[in-house]
Amino acid sequence: MIGFDWLMLAEVSFAGLGSGGLYALAGLAFVLIYKATRVVNLAIGEMLMMGAYFFFAATSSMGWPIWIGIIAAVIGSGILGAVIERLLIRPMLGEAPISVFMITVGLSSILVGTVELIWGADQLRLPDFMPSDTVLIGEAMVSPKIFYGFLAAVALIACVLLVFRFWRGGVALRATASDQAAAYSMGIDVPRVFSLTWVVAAMVAAIGGIIVGSISSLSPTMGVFGLSVLVVVIVGGLDSVPGALVGGLLVGLVESWTGTYFGGEFKLLATFSLLVLILMVRPYGLFGTHEIERL
Amino acid sequence: MRIGSARETYSQDEALFDSHTKRVWLCVLGTGLVLFPFFAGQYWLYLACLVAINVASATGLNILTGYTGQVSLGQAAFMGVGAYAVAVLEKQLGTPVLLNLLCAGGAAMLVGLVVGIPSLRVKGLYLAIATIAASFILHFIFANWTRVTGGTAGLTVPPATIFGLALDTEFRLYWLIMPFTVLMLAGAANLFRTRIGRAFIAIRDRDISAEVLGIPLLRYKLLSFGLSSFYAGVAGGLWAYFFRSVTPESFPLLMSIFFLAAIIVGGMGSILGGILGAVFMTLVPEVLKLMVGWLPNASEAMVFLAPVRTIVFGALIVGFLIFEPHGLAEIWRRIRRFFHLWPFRS
Repeated sequence: MIGFDWLMLAEVSFAGLGSGGLYALAGLAFVLIYKATRVVNLAIGEMLMMGAYFFFAATSSMGWPIWIGIIAAVIGSGILGAVIERLLIRPMLGEAPISVFMITVGLSSILVGTVELIWGADQLRLPDFMPSDTVLIGEAMVSPKIFYGFLAAVALIACVLLVFRFWRGGVALRATASDQAAAYSMGIDVPRVFSLTWVVAAMVAAIGGIIVGSISSLSPTMGVFGLSVLVVVIVGGLDSVPGALVGGLLVGLVESWTGTYFGGEFKLLATFSLLVLILMVRPYGLFGTHEIERL
Repeated sequence: MRIGSARETYSQDEALFDSHTKRVWLCVLGTGLVLFPFFAGQYWLYLACLVAINVASATGLNILTGYTGQVSLGQAAFMGVGAYAVAVLEKQLGTPVLLNLLCAGGAAMLVGLVVGIPSLRVKGLYLAIATIAASFILHFIFANWTRVTGGTAGLTVPPATIFGLALDTEFRLYWLIMPFTVLMLAGAANLFRTRIGRAFIAIRDRDISAEVLGIPLLRYKLLSFGLSSFYAGVAGGLWAYFFRSVTPESFPLLMSIFFLAAIIVGGMGSILGGILGAVFMTLVPEVLKLMVGWLPNASEAMVFLAPVRTIVFGALIVGFLIFEPHGLAEIWRRIRRFFHLWPFRS
């Protein structure tokens, strides 16, 4: 192809991978919850949003420094995760998956309403805390926020994966995910693992929310991000951590390409077409477990 | 079962309204619905029409989700298809109202059949998410197929005319909307006394067992999708005549969630549940508005109305799922039971 702007393609791809890293992070939070508790959490976008608003409250309203703000937001979200698990998810143990799914739909509505009630429906700006000098990869320019956001997301994902590989609680979580009854009989406190999962996932989502919020802006409609996350985890496979990572990068790339070459309104169309395509070809996602039903 | 209603023949046992009391109350309700527009003000007529449209659409979703067990979050988008079909037919061809509404149902049905195709391969929540995808793709078509749908600006719909009479007030529209809703409710209630309806229920309870029993899954799942979206399409057509303007933003994902919430709150897998749920969920925001109006500093409190509505909407879904999973229909049954057995307790 003559005259094709390869540099632009590279820049667009880097931007896509950058936002893909955030999708992967949010997808990881989703998959954690799904793996351990089999709950499809439609409120994942709203959990990101809550983290970002906690951060906003700590830094802009209370005037705390950035680092304390981040820690406060993570702790606040963790508590919120525990409360959600205890009040809403625990009573639904053993109910039909669709009921639990609808609980999270109701939850997202409650969270959006609460945020609007406290902070109003207008857009807010998070304080800048990332370096603002342009980053060059080769010749391609990458927006600093996306670049450092991506780095932070990758670091956090690595942390979470290491923790779940080596920490006792992480091992307990993986044991619960692979066989609940067996985990019970080995002395693992399964209900506590459930709480723990929600706490950790809410914390991961909070950091994701802070990064997403500082790249764009903060508003109660941020939960729409959750819809793309849903595509990410379906593409990757609901119960697969590597799936969430690959799916995240893939969806980020697809969104960025279509957004640039076709126009912004094609973004959602492209991601959801990808979703339909994957569902038709591999209903359990790229890396998900193919469950066999028995009567 | 009520005391003193022994059934002697099979036809009595199969009857939709099996007791004398039920038929009497039904007549009272029917008379009430006929007399209502002559006594109600414009605001209440407006609400009645809106409630009737929502009841029709929620009943459609109940066929698919409550009776067949296929969770769908695309009901609003199917309504959109119906609304656009009515708008285009009315504007460009000027065909009669009844034909337009049937075509709206048919168009939505065709789209529903296409969306239903993945239902054999994917189930449960995967299907729910596939229908979310379908509704976004439909939204994209509404917004970008400018030649037919008028793009983001949408279409304005001329008032429906029957025998030269323009249905341009709530009072007149009531006589179009309410009979359609009643007819569709009767259809749905009767559906579950037929082979098809029973097959739907079997699929809901366990699809593999249903297939073993000789129910072709694909055909019946598609049929359920088709019927459900037919209901949505007709409801959407009525919606178009009622609001007289159709834009892509008229049918957001939130509206699909609203219908799913309505049948959960009302009671899944029960015609009465669909009715009660749709009535309840449509009226709650209005009641909230009324209540805020009573507050001493009402104009200041109005700012909080929108977020409080959102919270109440979510809290209703969560509350019903946790405390009353069978919904309003179950509460209704308990109340009736109390009166049947009175003065004894259950």
